[in-house]
Amino acid sequence: MSTTTPARRRYDDDLPAGHHPSKLSRTLVWTGLVLFLIYSVSPIWFLIVSATKNQRDLYTSNGLWFADFHLFDNARQLFTYHNGIFLRWMGNTLLYGVVGTVGMTVICVACGYALAMYRFRGRGVLMGCIIASFLIPGALLTIPSFLLYTRLHIVDTPWAIIVPHFFSAFSVYLAKVYAEGAVPPELIEAARVDGAGEYRVFFTIGARLMTTGSATIFLLGFVGSWNSFFGPLVFLRGEQKWTVMLGLYSWLNVKVDQSYDLTGLVIVGSIVSLIPIVALMLAMQRYWRSGITLGSLK
Amino acid sequence: MALKGASFTVPFFGGFILFTVVPVILALSKSLYTARSSGLGFGAKTVSFSGLENFARVLHDQKFWGSLWRVSLFAVIVIPLIQFASLTLALLLDSVRRRYAGRLRIAMLVPYMTPGIVATLIWIYLYSPAVGPLTPFFKLFGIGANFYGSGMIWVSVGNLMAWGSIGFNMLIVYGALQAVPRDIFDSARVDGASEWRIAWSIKVPYVRRSLVLVSVLGIIGTLQIFSEPLLFRSMTPETVTKDFTPIMTIYNQAFAVGDFNYAAALSIMLALVVGLVSATFYKLTNRAPT
Repeated sequence: MSTTTPARRRYDDDLPAGHHPSKLSRTLVWTGLVLFLIYSVSPIWFLIVSATKNQRDLYTSNGLWFADFHLFDNARQLFTYHNGIFLRWMGNTLLYGVVGTVGMTVICVACGYALAMYRFRGRGVLMGCIIASFLIPGALLTIPSFLLYTRLHIVDTPWAIIVPHFFSAFSVYLAKVYAEGAVPPELIEAARVDGAGEYRVFFTIGARLMTTGSATIFLLGFVGSWNSFFGPLVFLRGEQKWTVMLGLYSWLNVKVDQSYDLTGLVIVGSIVSLIPIVALMLAMQRYWRSGITLGSLK
Repeated sequence: MALKGASFTVPFFGGFILFTVVPVILALSKSLYTARSSGLGFGAKTVSFSGLENFARVLHDQKFWGSLWRVSLFAVIVIPLIQFASLTLALLLDSVRRRYAGRLRIAMLVPYMTPGIVATLIWIYLYSPAVGPLTPFFKLFGIGANFYGSGMIWVSVGNLMAWGSIGFNMLIVYGALQAVPRDIFDSARVDGASEWRIAWSIKVPYVRRSLVLVSVLGIIGTLQIFSEPLLFRSMTPETVTKDFTPIMTIYNQAFAVGDFNYAAALSIMLALVVGLVSATFYKLTNRAPT
Protein backbone atom coordinates (compact mmCIF):
# COMPACT_ATOMS: atom_id res chain seq x y z
CA MET A 1 0.00 0.00 0.00
CA SER A 2 2.65 2.46 1.06
CA THR A 3 4.71 1.69 -2.05
CA THR A 4 1.90 2.14 -4.58
CA THR A 5 0.39 5.32 -3.21
CA PRO A 6 3.15 7.79 -4.21
CA ALA A 7 3.35 6.41 -7.75
CA ARG A 8 -0.35 6.65 -8.15
CA ARG A 9 -0.46 10.16 -6.78
CA ARG A 10 2.19 11.31 -9.24
CA TYR A 11 0.21 9.83 -12.10
CA ASP A 12 -3.02 11.50 -11.05
CA ASP A 13 -1.32 14.76 -10.18
CA ASP A 14 -3.41 17.16 -12.16
CA LEU A 15 -6.54 15.08 -12.51
CA PRO A 16 -9.68 16.26 -10.79
CA ALA A 17 -9.41 15.36 -7.11
CA GLY A 18 -10.20 11.79 -6.18
CA HIS A 19 -10.53 10.73 -9.79
CA HIS A 20 -9.43 7.12 -10.45
CA PRO A 21 -10.63 6.15 -13.92
CA SER A 22 -10.75 2.55 -15.04
CA LYS A 23 -8.84 1.45 -18.12
CA LEU A 24 -12.04 1.08 -20.13
CA SER A 25 -13.34 4.53 -19.38
CA ARG A 26 -9.92 6.05 -20.09
CA THR A 27 -9.89 4.39 -23.50
CA LEU A 28 -13.40 5.62 -24.23
CA VAL A 29 -12.51 9.16 -23.20
CA TRP A 30 -9.39 9.28 -25.36
CA THR A 31 -11.13 7.71 -28.36
CA GLY A 32 -13.79 10.40 -28.18
CA LEU A 33 -11.27 13.20 -27.84
CA VAL A 34 -9.04 11.98 -30.67
CA LEU A 35 -11.99 11.48 -33.02
CA PHE A 36 -13.14 14.99 -32.33
CA LEU A 37 -9.63 16.33 -32.76
CA ILE A 38 -9.48 14.75 -36.23
CA TYR A 39 -12.89 16.21 -37.07
CA SER A 40 -11.73 19.67 -35.96
CA VAL A 41 -8.43 19.90 -37.79
CA SER A 42 -8.77 17.72 -40.91
CA PRO A 43 -10.77 20.29 -42.94
CA ILE A 44 -7.93 22.79 -42.37
CA TRP A 45 -5.47 20.08 -43.31
CA PHE A 46 -7.40 19.55 -46.56
CA LEU A 47 -7.23 23.29 -47.24
CA ILE A 48 -3.48 23.41 -46.68
CA VAL A 49 -2.84 20.33 -48.84
CA SER A 50 -5.06 21.64 -51.62
CA ALA A 51 -3.25 24.97 -51.64
CA THR A 52 -0.06 23.22 -52.75
CA LYS A 53 -1.63 21.60 -55.80
CA ASN A 54 -1.98 22.77 -59.35
CA GLN A 55 -5.34 22.87 -61.07
CA ARG A 56 -5.10 19.33 -62.50
CA ASP A 57 -3.99 17.60 -59.30
CA LEU A 58 -6.78 19.36 -57.42
CA TYR A 59 -9.27 17.30 -59.40
CA THR A 60 -7.34 14.06 -59.82
CA SER A 61 -5.17 13.42 -56.73
CA ASN A 62 -6.17 12.31 -53.25
CA GLY A 63 -7.67 15.30 -51.45
CA LEU A 64 -5.99 14.54 -48.13
CA TRP A 65 -2.44 14.07 -49.37
CA PHE A 66 0.15 16.09 -51.28
CA ALA A 67 0.83 15.81 -55.01
CA ASP A 68 3.39 17.94 -56.87
CA PHE A 69 4.28 21.04 -54.89
CA HIS A 70 2.90 24.21 -56.49
CA LEU A 71 2.24 26.42 -53.47
CA PHE A 72 4.48 29.26 -54.63
CA ASP A 73 3.06 29.23 -58.17
CA ASN A 74 -0.40 29.38 -56.66
CA ALA A 75 0.55 32.24 -54.35
CA ARG A 76 2.07 34.19 -57.24
CA GLN A 77 -1.11 33.64 -59.24
CA LEU A 78 -3.22 34.77 -56.30
CA PHE A 79 -1.33 38.02 -55.88
CA THR A 80 -1.10 38.85 -59.58
CA TYR A 81 -4.56 37.82 -60.78
CA HIS A 82 -6.66 40.77 -61.95
CA ASN A 83 -3.88 43.31 -61.22
CA GLY A 84 -3.36 42.05 -57.69
CA ILE A 85 -6.93 42.72 -56.57
CA PHE A 86 -6.54 40.19 -53.73
CA LEU A 87 -3.86 42.26 -52.04
CA ARG A 88 -6.13 45.26 -52.33
CA TRP A 89 -8.94 43.30 -50.60
CA MET A 90 -6.59 42.28 -47.80
CA GLY A 91 -5.55 45.92 -47.39
CA ASN A 92 -9.16 47.08 -47.33
CA THR A 93 -10.13 44.51 -44.70
CA LEU A 94 -7.15 45.51 -42.57
CA LEU A 95 -7.97 49.21 -42.94
CA TYR A 96 -11.67 48.83 -42.08
CA GLY A 97 -10.79 46.52 -39.20
CA VAL A 98 -8.12 48.72 -37.62
CA VAL A 99 -9.84 52.10 -38.03
CA GLY A 100 -13.29 50.78 -37.10
CA THR A 101 -12.09 48.80 -34.11
CA VAL A 102 -9.77 51.45 -32.67
CA GLY A 103 -12.63 53.96 -32.80
CA MET A 104 -15.01 51.41 -31.33
CA THR A 105 -12.65 50.58 -28.46
CA VAL A 106 -12.18 54.24 -27.47
CA ILE A 107 -15.89 55.08 -27.67
CA CYS A 108 -17.16 51.94 -25.94
CA VAL A 109 -14.53 51.80 -23.18
CA ALA A 110 -15.26 55.45 -22.27
CA CYS A 111 -18.98 54.68 -22.18
CA GLY A 112 -18.59 51.48 -20.16
CA TYR A 113 -16.29 53.26 -17.71
CA ALA A 114 -18.83 56.03 -17.16
CA LEU A 115 -21.68 53.56 -16.66
CA ALA A 116 -19.63 51.69 -14.08
CA MET A 117 -18.07 54.60 -12.18
CA TYR A 118 -20.66 57.39 -12.10
CA ARG A 119 -24.18 57.63 -10.73
CA PHE A 120 -25.96 60.08 -13.00
CA ARG A 121 -29.57 60.62 -13.95
CA GLY A 122 -30.65 58.40 -16.84
CA ARG A 123 -27.93 55.82 -16.21
CA GLY A 124 -30.50 53.07 -15.67
CA VAL A 125 -32.26 53.96 -18.92
CA LEU A 126 -28.99 53.85 -20.85
CA MET A 127 -28.12 50.46 -19.37
CA GLY A 128 -31.59 49.25 -20.32
CA CYS A 129 -31.07 50.43 -23.92
CA ILE A 130 -27.85 48.44 -24.14
CA ILE A 131 -29.37 45.22 -22.83
CA ALA A 132 -32.49 45.66 -24.98
CA SER A 133 -30.38 46.13 -28.10
CA PHE A 134 -28.91 42.64 -27.63
CA LEU A 135 -32.36 41.36 -28.51
CA ILE A 136 -32.61 43.26 -31.81
CA PRO A 137 -31.82 40.77 -34.54
CA GLY A 138 -29.25 42.02 -37.04
CA ALA A 139 -31.75 41.20 -39.76
CA LEU A 140 -34.11 43.93 -38.64
CA LEU A 141 -31.44 46.61 -39.04
CA THR A 142 -29.97 45.89 -42.45
CA ILE A 143 -32.75 47.09 -44.78
CA PRO A 144 -33.49 50.36 -42.92
CA SER A 145 -29.74 50.93 -42.44
CA PHE A 146 -29.35 50.74 -46.21
CA LEU A 147 -32.02 53.39 -46.64
CA LEU A 148 -30.45 55.54 -43.92
CA TYR A 149 -26.93 55.25 -45.41
CA THR A 150 -28.33 56.14 -48.83
CA ARG A 151 -29.68 59.33 -47.32
CA LEU A 152 -26.35 60.00 -45.57
CA HIS A 153 -24.57 59.34 -48.93
CA ILE A 154 -22.24 56.75 -47.43
CA VAL A 155 -23.43 53.67 -49.36
CA ASP A 156 -20.53 52.28 -51.40
CA THR A 157 -17.94 54.14 -49.34
CA PRO A 158 -15.72 52.65 -46.60
CA TRP A 159 -17.60 54.81 -44.07
CA ALA A 160 -20.64 52.55 -44.32
CA ILE A 161 -18.48 49.74 -42.91
CA ILE A 162 -16.25 51.69 -40.53
CA VAL A 163 -18.54 54.15 -38.75
CA PRO A 164 -21.42 51.85 -37.69
CA HIS A 165 -18.79 49.48 -36.28
CA PHE A 166 -17.89 52.20 -33.73
CA PHE A 167 -21.05 51.69 -31.73
CA SER A 168 -21.13 48.20 -30.29
CA ALA A 169 -23.51 47.69 -27.38
CA PHE A 170 -21.87 44.40 -26.49
CA SER A 171 -18.46 46.10 -26.17
CA VAL A 172 -19.95 48.70 -23.84
CA TYR A 173 -21.37 45.90 -21.73
CA LEU A 174 -17.98 44.15 -21.59
CA ALA A 175 -16.24 47.45 -20.72
CA LYS A 176 -18.71 48.13 -17.91
CA VAL A 177 -18.28 44.67 -16.39
CA TYR A 178 -14.52 44.99 -16.69
CA ALA A 179 -14.38 48.49 -15.18
CA GLU A 180 -16.40 47.35 -12.17
CA GLY A 181 -13.74 44.75 -11.43
CA ALA A 182 -10.60 46.64 -12.39
CA VAL A 183 -11.05 50.25 -11.29
CA PRO A 184 -11.24 50.76 -7.51
CA PRO A 185 -13.49 53.76 -6.68
CA GLU A 186 -11.16 54.79 -3.82
CA LEU A 187 -8.36 55.40 -6.30
CA ILE A 188 -10.59 57.64 -8.40
CA GLU A 189 -11.69 59.46 -5.26
CA ALA A 190 -8.06 59.98 -4.19
CA ALA A 191 -7.19 61.44 -7.60
CA ARG A 192 -10.11 63.83 -7.30
CA VAL A 193 -9.00 64.95 -3.86
CA ASP A 194 -5.61 65.70 -5.40
CA GLY A 195 -7.41 68.04 -7.76
CA ALA A 196 -7.49 66.03 -11.01
CA GLY A 197 -10.43 66.70 -13.34
CA GLU A 198 -12.75 63.90 -14.45
CA TYR A 199 -11.23 63.67 -17.95
CA ARG A 200 -7.74 63.59 -16.55
CA VAL A 201 -8.74 60.86 -14.06
CA PHE A 202 -10.09 58.77 -16.92
CA PHE A 203 -7.07 59.11 -19.19
CA THR A 204 -4.38 58.79 -16.52
CA ILE A 205 -5.98 56.20 -14.22
CA GLY A 206 -9.21 54.63 -15.52
CA ALA A 207 -8.08 53.94 -19.08
CA ARG A 208 -4.74 52.53 -17.88
CA LEU A 209 -6.32 50.16 -15.38
CA MET A 210 -8.60 48.99 -18.16
CA THR A 211 -5.83 48.14 -20.63
CA THR A 212 -6.42 44.39 -20.51
CA GLY A 213 -10.17 44.80 -20.90
CA SER A 214 -9.66 47.22 -23.78
CA ALA A 215 -7.33 44.77 -25.51
CA THR A 216 -10.01 42.08 -25.20
CA ILE A 217 -12.64 44.40 -26.63
CA PHE A 218 -10.32 45.38 -29.47
CA LEU A 219 -9.52 41.75 -30.30
CA LEU A 220 -13.15 40.59 -30.35
CA GLY A 221 -14.13 43.66 -32.39
CA PHE A 222 -11.34 43.18 -34.89
CA VAL A 223 -12.14 39.51 -35.39
CA GLY A 224 -15.81 40.41 -35.87
CA SER A 225 -14.90 43.04 -38.45
CA TRP A 226 -12.50 40.71 -40.31
CA ASN A 227 -15.16 38.01 -40.53
CA SER A 228 -18.13 40.21 -41.39
CA PHE A 229 -19.91 39.47 -44.65
CA PHE A 230 -23.51 40.69 -44.74
CA GLY A 231 -22.64 44.37 -44.17
CA PRO A 232 -19.99 44.59 -46.92
CA LEU A 233 -22.24 42.57 -49.26
CA VAL A 234 -25.08 45.04 -48.88
CA PHE A 235 -23.16 48.33 -48.60
CA LEU A 236 -20.19 47.98 -50.96
CA ARG A 237 -20.59 47.90 -54.75
CA GLY A 238 -17.25 48.47 -56.49
CA GLU A 239 -14.80 45.57 -56.20
CA GLN A 240 -12.00 48.03 -55.43
CA LYS A 241 -13.60 48.61 -52.02
CA TRP A 242 -14.45 45.00 -51.20
CA THR A 243 -13.21 43.00 -48.23
CA VAL A 244 -11.42 39.65 -48.48
CA MET A 245 -14.53 37.65 -47.57
CA LEU A 246 -16.60 39.42 -50.21
CA GLY A 247 -13.85 38.92 -52.77
CA LEU A 248 -13.60 35.18 -52.10
CA TYR A 249 -17.39 34.93 -52.43
CA SER A 250 -17.28 36.70 -55.79
CA TRP A 251 -14.61 34.25 -57.00
CA LEU A 252 -16.74 31.33 -55.89
CA ASN A 253 -19.49 32.70 -58.10
CA VAL A 254 -17.30 32.64 -61.21
CA LYS A 255 -18.44 29.44 -62.80
CA VAL A 256 -16.19 26.67 -63.98
CA ASP A 257 -17.39 26.85 -67.59
CA GLN A 258 -15.67 30.21 -68.00
CA SER A 259 -12.21 30.29 -69.50
CA TYR A 260 -10.54 30.36 -66.10
CA ASP A 261 -11.31 28.10 -63.14
CA LEU A 262 -10.87 30.02 -59.90
CA THR A 263 -11.17 27.08 -57.47
CA GLY A 264 -7.42 27.07 -56.86
CA LEU A 265 -7.39 30.80 -56.19
CA VAL A 266 -10.28 30.56 -53.72
CA ILE A 267 -8.42 27.84 -51.80
CA VAL A 268 -5.10 29.69 -51.62
CA GLY A 269 -6.91 32.95 -50.93
CA SER A 270 -8.80 31.35 -48.04
CA ILE A 271 -5.55 30.29 -46.39
CA VAL A 272 -3.95 33.71 -46.87
CA SER A 273 -7.05 35.37 -45.39
CA LEU A 274 -6.74 33.12 -42.33
CA ILE A 275 -3.10 33.94 -41.56
CA PRO A 276 -3.48 37.42 -40.01
CA ILE A 277 -6.52 36.52 -37.92
CA VAL A 278 -5.16 33.23 -36.57
CA ALA A 279 -1.80 34.86 -35.81
CA LEU A 280 -3.55 37.65 -33.92
CA MET A 281 -5.75 35.23 -31.98
CA LEU A 282 -2.85 33.01 -30.99
CA ALA A 283 -0.77 36.00 -29.94
CA MET A 284 -3.60 37.40 -27.86
CA GLN A 285 -5.00 34.11 -26.55
CA ARG A 286 -5.45 35.17 -22.97
CA TYR A 287 -7.45 38.22 -24.05
CA TRP A 288 -10.12 36.44 -26.03
CA ARG A 289 -10.41 33.78 -23.40
CA SER A 290 -11.07 36.42 -20.76
CA GLY A 291 -13.53 38.01 -23.20
CA ILE A 292 -15.46 34.76 -23.46
CA THR A 293 -15.67 34.39 -19.69
CA LEU A 294 -16.71 38.02 -19.27
CA GLY A 295 -19.38 37.61 -21.90
CA SER A 296 -20.79 34.38 -20.53
CA LEU A 297 -21.02 35.68 -16.97
CA LYS A 298 -24.29 37.50 -17.62
CA MET B 1 -18.97 65.56 -11.61
CA ALA B 2 -21.84 63.25 -12.48
CA LEU B 3 -22.54 65.42 -15.50
CA LYS B 4 -18.95 65.11 -16.71
CA GLY B 5 -19.21 61.38 -16.09
CA ALA B 6 -22.32 61.24 -18.21
CA SER B 7 -20.49 63.09 -20.99
CA PHE B 8 -18.32 59.97 -21.52
CA THR B 9 -21.39 58.18 -22.77
CA VAL B 10 -22.35 60.88 -25.29
CA PRO B 11 -20.31 59.62 -28.30
CA PHE B 12 -21.62 56.09 -27.91
CA PHE B 13 -25.25 56.98 -27.42
CA GLY B 14 -25.12 59.55 -30.24
CA GLY B 15 -24.01 56.83 -32.62
CA PHE B 16 -26.30 54.27 -31.03
CA ILE B 17 -29.31 56.46 -31.71
CA LEU B 18 -28.24 57.15 -35.30
CA PHE B 19 -27.23 53.60 -36.25
CA THR B 20 -29.59 51.48 -34.14
CA VAL B 21 -32.61 53.44 -32.94
CA VAL B 22 -33.17 55.41 -36.16
CA PRO B 23 -33.05 52.28 -38.37
CA VAL B 24 -35.58 50.53 -36.11
CA ILE B 25 -37.94 53.50 -36.34
CA LEU B 26 -37.29 53.73 -40.08
CA ALA B 27 -38.18 50.05 -40.48
CA LEU B 28 -41.42 50.56 -38.55
CA SER B 29 -42.44 53.58 -40.62
CA LYS B 30 -41.35 52.13 -43.99
CA SER B 31 -43.41 49.03 -43.38
CA LEU B 32 -46.58 51.14 -43.24
CA TYR B 33 -46.13 52.50 -46.77
CA THR B 34 -46.38 50.89 -50.17
CA ALA B 35 -44.69 52.00 -53.38
CA ARG B 36 -46.78 51.48 -56.49
CA SER B 37 -45.66 52.08 -60.01
CA SER B 38 -48.16 54.14 -61.92
CA GLY B 39 -49.79 52.93 -65.12
CA LEU B 40 -47.83 50.28 -66.96
CA GLY B 41 -44.83 50.43 -64.71
CA PHE B 42 -43.25 53.44 -66.46
CA GLY B 43 -42.59 56.72 -64.73
CA ALA B 44 -42.01 57.47 -61.07
CA LYS B 45 -43.38 55.27 -58.34
CA THR B 46 -45.91 56.77 -56.00
CA VAL B 47 -45.56 56.01 -52.31
CA SER B 48 -48.69 55.97 -50.26
CA PHE B 49 -49.67 55.11 -46.71
CA SER B 50 -51.10 51.62 -46.61
CA GLY B 51 -51.40 50.90 -42.89
CA LEU B 52 -50.95 47.24 -42.02
CA GLU B 53 -51.41 46.08 -45.61
CA ASN B 54 -47.78 44.93 -45.89
CA PHE B 55 -48.16 42.84 -42.75
CA ALA B 56 -51.33 41.26 -44.07
CA ARG B 57 -49.34 40.37 -47.16
CA VAL B 58 -46.58 38.87 -44.98
CA LEU B 59 -49.17 36.68 -43.22
CA HIS B 60 -50.13 35.18 -46.57
CA ASP B 61 -46.60 34.94 -47.90
CA GLN B 62 -46.11 31.20 -48.28
CA LYS B 63 -42.48 31.57 -49.35
CA PHE B 64 -41.57 33.56 -46.23
CA TRP B 65 -43.31 31.18 -43.82
CA GLY B 66 -41.91 28.25 -45.74
CA SER B 67 -38.40 29.56 -45.27
CA LEU B 68 -39.08 30.30 -41.60
CA TRP B 69 -40.44 26.78 -41.09
CA ARG B 70 -37.38 25.39 -42.84
CA VAL B 71 -34.89 27.17 -40.55
CA SER B 72 -37.00 26.54 -37.42
CA LEU B 73 -37.07 22.82 -38.04
CA PHE B 74 -33.36 22.93 -38.71
CA ALA B 75 -32.66 24.90 -35.49
CA VAL B 76 -34.78 22.55 -33.38
CA ILE B 77 -32.85 19.54 -34.61
CA VAL B 78 -29.33 20.82 -34.99
CA ILE B 79 -28.91 23.13 -31.97
CA PRO B 80 -29.68 20.42 -29.35
CA LEU B 81 -27.33 18.06 -31.19
CA ILE B 82 -24.57 20.69 -31.13
CA GLN B 83 -25.16 21.39 -27.42
CA PHE B 84 -25.14 17.68 -26.62
CA ALA B 85 -21.85 17.25 -28.46
CA SER B 86 -20.34 20.32 -26.77
CA LEU B 87 -21.39 19.06 -23.34
CA THR B 88 -20.04 15.58 -24.01
CA LEU B 89 -16.77 17.01 -25.23
CA ALA B 90 -16.44 19.31 -22.20
CA LEU B 91 -17.09 16.34 -19.87
CA LEU B 92 -14.50 14.24 -21.72
CA LEU B 93 -11.97 17.04 -21.52
CA ASP B 94 -12.74 17.48 -17.82
CA SER B 95 -11.76 13.88 -17.12
CA VAL B 96 -8.24 13.96 -18.57
CA ARG B 97 -5.21 15.65 -17.09
CA ARG B 98 -5.25 19.44 -17.23
CA ARG B 99 -1.99 19.57 -19.20
CA TYR B 100 -3.48 17.49 -22.04
CA ALA B 101 -6.79 19.32 -21.80
CA GLY B 102 -5.04 22.64 -22.40
CA ARG B 103 -3.33 21.45 -25.57
CA LEU B 104 -6.39 19.67 -26.95
CA ARG B 105 -8.49 22.73 -26.32
CA ILE B 106 -6.33 24.92 -28.57
CA ALA B 107 -6.51 22.41 -31.43
CA MET B 108 -10.26 22.06 -31.01
CA LEU B 109 -10.63 25.81 -31.28
CA VAL B 110 -9.15 25.86 -34.79
CA PRO B 111 -12.65 25.86 -36.34
CA TYR B 112 -13.66 28.77 -34.10
CA MET B 113 -10.74 30.79 -35.41
CA THR B 114 -11.80 30.11 -38.99
CA PRO B 115 -14.05 32.87 -40.34
CA GLY B 116 -17.54 31.65 -41.26
CA ILE B 117 -17.07 32.35 -44.96
CA VAL B 118 -13.80 30.44 -45.14
CA ALA B 119 -15.31 27.56 -43.14
CA THR B 120 -18.20 27.41 -45.62
CA LEU B 121 -15.80 27.49 -48.57
CA ILE B 122 -13.74 24.64 -47.10
CA TRP B 123 -16.78 22.44 -46.57
CA ILE B 124 -18.20 23.31 -49.99
CA TYR B 125 -15.00 21.91 -51.49
CA LEU B 126 -14.94 18.93 -49.12
CA TYR B 127 -18.49 18.09 -50.22
CA SER B 128 -17.76 18.76 -53.88
CA PRO B 129 -17.89 15.59 -56.00
CA ALA B 130 -15.12 16.96 -58.22
CA VAL B 131 -12.56 18.21 -55.67
CA GLY B 132 -13.47 16.86 -52.23
CA PRO B 133 -12.45 13.58 -50.63
CA LEU B 134 -15.84 12.92 -49.01
CA THR B 135 -17.72 11.64 -52.05
CA PRO B 136 -15.07 9.01 -52.92
CA PHE B 137 -14.85 8.12 -49.21
CA PHE B 138 -18.54 7.32 -48.98
CA LYS B 139 -18.34 5.47 -52.28
CA LEU B 140 -15.95 3.03 -50.57
CA PHE B 141 -18.90 1.90 -48.48
CA GLY B 142 -21.20 1.84 -51.48
CA ILE B 143 -22.97 5.03 -50.46
CA GLY B 144 -23.57 7.49 -53.27
CA ALA B 145 -23.79 10.67 -51.23
CA ASN B 146 -24.78 13.91 -52.96
CA PHE B 147 -24.07 16.59 -50.37
CA TYR B 148 -25.62 19.28 -52.56
CA GLY B 149 -28.89 17.39 -53.09
CA SER B 150 -32.14 18.61 -51.59
CA GLY B 151 -32.31 15.69 -49.18
CA MET B 152 -28.81 16.28 -47.89
CA ILE B 153 -28.40 20.04 -47.97
CA TRP B 154 -29.47 20.59 -44.34
CA VAL B 155 -27.25 17.79 -43.15
CA SER B 156 -24.39 19.45 -45.04
CA VAL B 157 -25.13 22.88 -43.56
CA GLY B 158 -25.74 21.39 -40.10
CA ASN B 159 -22.40 19.64 -40.13
CA LEU B 160 -20.72 22.86 -41.20
CA MET B 161 -22.37 24.73 -38.31
CA ALA B 162 -21.49 21.99 -35.84
CA TRP B 163 -17.89 22.08 -37.01
CA GLY B 164 -17.72 25.81 -36.48
CA SER B 165 -19.44 26.04 -33.11
CA ILE B 166 -18.83 22.91 -31.02
CA GLY B 167 -15.31 23.95 -30.01
CA PHE B 168 -16.43 27.37 -28.83
CA ASN B 169 -19.49 26.10 -26.96
CA MET B 170 -17.35 23.43 -25.38
CA LEU B 171 -15.02 26.15 -24.10
CA ILE B 172 -17.89 27.95 -22.36
CA VAL B 173 -19.25 24.74 -20.81
CA TYR B 174 -15.76 23.62 -19.82
CA GLY B 175 -15.19 26.99 -18.17
CA ALA B 176 -18.39 26.53 -16.16
CA LEU B 177 -17.28 23.01 -15.18
CA GLN B 178 -14.01 24.35 -13.79
CA ALA B 179 -16.03 26.57 -11.46
CA VAL B 180 -17.75 23.60 -9.78
CA PRO B 181 -16.32 23.26 -6.24
CA ARG B 182 -14.10 20.18 -6.35
CA ASP B 183 -14.97 18.93 -2.85
CA ILE B 184 -18.50 18.13 -4.04
CA PHE B 185 -16.97 15.38 -6.19
CA ASP B 186 -15.10 14.00 -3.20
CA SER B 187 -18.21 13.82 -1.07
CA ALA B 188 -20.07 12.13 -3.93
CA ARG B 189 -17.30 9.55 -4.30
CA VAL B 190 -17.29 8.89 -0.58
CA ASP B 191 -21.02 8.24 -0.93
CA GLY B 192 -20.18 5.70 -3.62
CA ALA B 193 -21.24 7.55 -6.77
CA SER B 194 -19.70 6.40 -10.05
CA GLU B 195 -18.01 8.85 -12.46
CA TRP B 196 -21.00 8.55 -14.81
CA ARG B 197 -23.36 9.35 -11.98
CA ILE B 198 -21.25 12.34 -10.94
CA ALA B 199 -21.18 13.66 -14.50
CA TRP B 200 -24.95 13.30 -14.90
CA SER B 201 -26.15 14.39 -11.45
CA ILE B 202 -23.63 17.06 -10.49
CA LYS B 203 -21.71 18.37 -13.48
CA VAL B 204 -24.61 18.61 -15.94
CA PRO B 205 -26.95 20.54 -13.60
CA TYR B 206 -24.09 22.89 -12.77
CA VAL B 207 -23.49 23.90 -16.38
CA ARG B 208 -27.17 24.10 -17.35
CA ARG B 209 -27.21 27.89 -17.29
CA SER B 210 -24.30 28.17 -19.73
CA LEU B 211 -25.95 25.56 -21.95
CA VAL B 212 -29.13 27.61 -21.99
CA LEU B 213 -27.17 30.71 -22.90
CA VAL B 214 -25.35 29.14 -25.84
CA SER B 215 -28.58 27.45 -27.00
CA VAL B 216 -30.49 30.73 -27.09
CA LEU B 217 -27.66 32.36 -29.02
CA GLY B 218 -27.58 29.36 -31.35
CA ILE B 219 -31.30 29.45 -32.07
CA ILE B 220 -31.34 33.21 -32.66
CA GLY B 221 -28.38 32.81 -34.99
CA THR B 222 -29.89 29.90 -36.88
CA LEU B 223 -33.18 31.66 -37.57
CA GLN B 224 -31.11 34.39 -39.21
CA ILE B 225 -28.81 32.07 -41.15
CA PHE B 226 -27.74 33.73 -44.40
CA SER B 227 -24.17 33.50 -45.63
CA GLU B 228 -23.84 29.70 -45.48
CA PRO B 229 -26.87 28.95 -47.70
CA LEU B 230 -25.96 31.89 -49.95
CA LEU B 231 -22.55 30.34 -50.61
CA PHE B 232 -24.09 26.91 -51.15
CA ARG B 233 -26.42 28.59 -53.64
CA SER B 234 -23.41 29.47 -55.78
CA MET B 235 -22.75 25.74 -56.18
CA THR B 236 -26.28 24.39 -56.34
CA PRO B 237 -28.88 27.03 -57.23
CA GLU B 238 -31.51 24.34 -57.93
CA THR B 239 -31.48 23.09 -54.32
CA VAL B 240 -30.91 26.35 -52.48
CA THR B 241 -33.55 28.68 -53.89
CA LYS B 242 -33.30 32.47 -53.63
CA ASP B 243 -35.77 32.48 -50.73
CA PHE B 244 -34.37 29.46 -48.93
CA THR B 245 -34.07 31.18 -45.52
CA PRO B 246 -35.97 34.19 -44.09
CA ILE B 247 -33.01 36.57 -44.47
CA MET B 248 -32.48 35.40 -48.03
CA THR B 249 -36.16 36.18 -48.68
CA ILE B 250 -35.74 39.66 -47.20
CA TYR B 251 -32.50 40.28 -49.07
CA ASN B 252 -34.14 39.16 -52.30
CA GLN B 253 -37.19 41.39 -51.77
CA ALA B 254 -35.02 44.42 -51.01
CA PHE B 255 -32.23 44.14 -53.56
CA ALA B 256 -33.57 41.97 -56.40
CA VAL B 257 -37.27 42.94 -56.39
CA GLY B 258 -36.53 46.41 -54.99
CA ASP B 259 -39.53 46.50 -52.65
CA PHE B 260 -37.99 48.05 -49.54
CA ASN B 261 -41.34 48.60 -47.85
CA TYR B 262 -42.28 44.97 -48.01
CA ALA B 263 -38.74 43.94 -47.01
CA ALA B 264 -39.10 46.17 -43.92
CA ALA B 265 -42.36 44.46 -42.98
CA LEU B 266 -40.70 41.05 -43.41
CA SER B 267 -37.78 42.17 -41.22
CA ILE B 268 -40.12 43.27 -38.43
CA MET B 269 -42.03 40.02 -38.58
CA LEU B 270 -38.81 38.02 -38.39
CA ALA B 271 -37.59 40.16 -35.48
CA LEU B 272 -40.86 39.46 -33.65
CA VAL B 273 -40.53 35.72 -34.20
CA VAL B 274 -36.88 35.71 -33.10
CA GLY B 275 -37.69 37.75 -29.99
CA LEU B 276 -40.65 35.55 -29.12
CA VAL B 277 -38.68 32.33 -29.55
CA SER B 278 -35.73 33.44 -27.44
CA ALA B 279 -37.96 34.84 -24.68
CA THR B 280 -40.06 31.66 -24.52
CA PHE B 281 -37.05 29.41 -24.58
CA TYR B 282 -35.34 31.41 -21.86
CA LYS B 283 -38.43 31.30 -19.66
CA LEU B 284 -39.02 27.58 -20.07
CA THR B 285 -35.46 26.49 -19.40
CA ASN B 286 -34.90 28.86 -16.51
CA ARG B 287 -38.04 27.94 -14.59
CA ALA B 288 -36.87 24.85 -12.77
CA PRO B 289 -34.62 25.50 -9.75
CA THR B 290 -30.91 24.96 -10.38
